Amino acid sequence: MAEFNLPKNSRLTEGKAWPKPAGAKNVTEFKIYRWNPDDTANPRTDTYYVDRDDCGPMVLDALIWIKNKVDPTLTFRRSCREGICGSCAMNMDGKNGLACTTGIDECGGTGKNAGRVAIYPLPHMPVVKDLVPDLTRFYAQHASIEPWLKTTTPAPEKEWRQAKDDREKLDGLYECILCACCSTSCPSYWWNGDRYLGPAALLQAYRWLIDSRDEATGERLDNLEDPFRLYRCHTIMNCANACPKGLNPAKAIAEVKKMMVARQV
Amino acid sequence: MLSNSSMRTPLGRVRGLGSAKSGTGHFWLQRVTAVSNLILTIIFIGIVIALVGRPYPAAVALLSNPLVAILMLLFTLSACIHMRLGMQVIIEDYVHNEGTKILAVMANTFFAIAIGAASVYAVLKLSFGG
Repeated sequence: MAEFNLPKNSRLTEGKAWPKPAGAKNVTEFKIYRWNPDDTANPRTDTYYVDRDDCGPMVLDALIWIKNKVDPTLTFRRSCREGICGSCAMNMDGKNGLACTTGIDECGGTGKNAGRVAIYPLPHMPVVKDLVPDLTRFYAQHASIEPWLKTTTPAPEKEWRQAKDDREKLDGLYECILCACCSTSCPSYWWNGDRYLGPAALLQAYRWLIDSRDEATGERLDNLEDPFRLYRCHTIMNCANACPKGLNPAKAIAEVKKMMVARQV
Repeated sequence: MLSNSSMRTPLGRVRGLGSAKSGTGHFWLQRVTAVSNLILTIIFIGIVIALVGRPYPAAVALLSNPLVAILMLLFTLSACIHMRLGMQVIIEDYVHNEGTKILAVMANTFFAIAIGAASVYAVLKLSFGG
């Protein structure tokens, strides 16, 4: 059966509360997931206090502030700090998103986290350390849909031509930055991520299926025609809710299903 | 079964046994029976309401009308197919032990056929005079 309890050595414990910054007037509390592969301790949540008058407005600013000023061992991925690289995807205030485009003030917190910002790694992925998830399988799933132009016709002397309205069909698809916010928010992907490709890989699959220049549409559909790879999508829509780029993977998957039916009915 | 050891490449593991080359039939039949259920369930509820509080001979009389009997048989067929497909998806979602999954999928099929057969028998018995 699907496992609803974490294994014993993955259960969260209360971690360290770091001191409040001296003399700070405007302080926000952060509760952050910590796990270190180099010791045998269970994961824990550490509490940090960030001086908001000394820190930028985004969650990533706060994480960098903590790493620079409080605890240099706090580990997370980041690169572009402007929502285009997808490195800093994590779960903030119960919702997947990019730390660099999520404002600290957007994370209100409810229940036991009221008034503080709770930060965890992307859900249901193996953790490498702290907020860094292991996305190896996620990338392999992207590779499995062969995300490149496939043609049999010899390449033209210049570029492959595409009508303007055909190019417009790629809008809402090409913008995907593969941050994994959608796939890791999907319960179906949590339970069957070993066989279900997940919203991100399927949105990319549709991006190549709908590309007017591609000549491998049939083979691409054959590759997806599977009760698990494609049809584990139950239109839960968490993917569309989580996407920090405002894309709609659920709609792309529905379009793939329509293409499947269209070639049979 | 294919090895899932850590020595296998991630792409090898994702590709696994390859595409099953099926799934659309299941998906489409679930949609088709959803539409037929919508129509047939309304008719079924209408017939149940028409028979509330009325004696057994009234039910026999109503079900002996061929149109009513055929609609009830279609309702049984459509509902049982839809029930089997839907339950199979739920089993595949949540039951991950291969042996248990096969047994559960099989039991689900048997259950749907048994319920369908019993309902068809009941409708036919009433339809042909109780």
